[in-house]
Amino acid sequence: MTDRADARRAAGAAAMPAAFSAARVGAMVLRYSYLLRSSWPRILDLIYWPAVQMLMWGFLQLYIAENSGFFARAGGTFIGAVLLWDVLFRGQLGFSISFLEEMWSRNLANIMMSPLRPAEFVAALMIMSLIRLAIGLVPVTLLAIAFFGFNLYGLGLALVAFFVNLILTSWAVGIFTSGLLLRYGLGAENMAWTIMFIFLPLTCVYYPVSALPDWLQVIAWMLPPTYVFEGMRALLIDKVFHAGLMAQALALNAVFFAAGVFAFLAFLRSARRIGSLLHTGE
Amino acid sequence: MTQAPAIAVENLVKVYKSVTAVAGVSFSLPPGSMTALLGGNGAGKSTTIAMLMGLVEPSAGTVHVLGARMPGERYRVLHRMNFESPYVDMPMRLTVRQNLGVFARLYGVADVAARIAALADDLDLVELLDRPTGNLSAGQNTRVALAKALLNTPAVLLLDEPTASLDPDTADWVRARLDKFRKENGATVLLASHNMGEVERLCERVIIMKQGRIVDDDTPAALLARYGRATLEDVFLDVARGRGEAARAQLRQDAGDAGEKPAPAREAAQ
Repeated sequence: MTDRADARRAAGAAAMPAAFSAARVGAMVLRYSYLLRSSWPRILDLIYWPAVQMLMWGFLQLYIAENSGFFARAGGTFIGAVLLWDVLFRGQLGFSISFLEEMWSRNLANIMMSPLRPAEFVAALMIMSLIRLAIGLVPVTLLAIAFFGFNLYGLGLALVAFFVNLILTSWAVGIFTSGLLLRYGLGAENMAWTIMFIFLPLTCVYYPVSALPDWLQVIAWMLPPTYVFEGMRALLIDKVFHAGLMAQALALNAVFFAAGVFAFLAFLRSARRIGSLLHTGE
Repeated sequence: MTQAPAIAVENLVKVYKSVTAVAGVSFSLPPGSMTALLGGNGAGKSTTIAMLMGLVEPSAGTVHVLGARMPGERYRVLHRMNFESPYVDMPMRLTVRQNLGVFARLYGVADVAARIAALADDLDLVELLDRPTGNLSAGQNTRVALAKALLNTPAVLLLDEPTASLDPDTADWVRARLDKFRKENGATVLLASHNMGEVERLCERVIIMKQGRIVDDDTPAALLARYGRATLEDVFLDVARGRGEAARAQLRQDAGDAGEKPAPAREAAQ
């Protein structure tokens, strides 16, 4: 053994890595951005479906508005709803797909064996969720202005409150889903694609909570996005911003996020017990 | 002064539901040693290595790597470990340089570009650096995986079939690089392999596993002498087909006569 080896061992022993490293988060973001940049179908896919949905709901709203006084007054609620729904849905999908990329490429064991910590991994997935959301939604919001004169950015500070609450819910669900994938492998992949759809009827994206039966309304009010979609309708129809609704959503999101992290860590522990980190197939 | 072992495994057990993959394994590896873990399919080698990496939690027993108990204290030492396995890939759409760059940053390598250049030079990857990893041949992929495993100049290196898919010439060349790396850096290397020539050439110690237990543990020369065989491959076949029991019984008797314990038990007692 050489002196160089002794010196390196001594240096290595002293160099305890930081508990949270922005450099390691940056490395993972770099990894996902390389992937996105290398594949134009991936980028097109981010824009395609949100654009199709927005156009469909936008034309439907135009048609209804021409034949109904109420919908004429409620201009933009459908387009606003579909755009905010995409924040929720695409936010979670952006998180989960980045995670799935590791499983599809059989790279997860490399990642789990590296000094990357779970909190850093999650932070990188959150950043990628925002990047993918921006790539997908910004062009679509511009299309909404061009086709229907609906300016989402005209909602101002209310949009910030809506966005923060929706993205927090999407991350909480994304963290939970990633835990499921760790534990159950690609057999749970469909959950990553479809789990958010349970929120579509229950959070009343396109209709008020009062449209639900009483017992279902109780469940709806347990979900943070319900407050956002109610708040959006109040703003667009009654021109009133309910800060209280956003505060309630934020409090519920804190609970959802904590539950998502707790579930993720529990699934990770379970994955270590059953050995599914090394074999992440079906 | 006796050096603390780089890897210390004591009474390690792993049970998956009703299947016992590892059934009470003990060994310790001194710093700078190169050891082979041999055994047929299902012998428990991969599970043992996975527990050393902290990817699998033991059902019982303990694993210490560089003084850190795995998996609980793994973040103390993961930056000083690395591994290579044919069962794990790197993202195929990324170029070799991009993949190595990402992992270098994850492992906290100081000068990423210089380290990649040095490894590319050493492992003959210069021409491959800007090619997508998915476009490489199996042999080229193995060399890239080895480069990834050496990025952080690990103090503990775990290798699963390091020369799988390589032609004999390239495999020989890779073995020479591994040997050089170990000698220059004092790294502790544990490799699982089915290539007995590789084991004889590289390793000063061989641990043979069968059905989750260590059935023999000694130097290649001592194993050859004990089983009366010319190659480790024949020793492996003797163990796999149950013909080695007589040799081991003789060993136990000899050890008993001399008041010693046989090799595996001696190791476990350390």
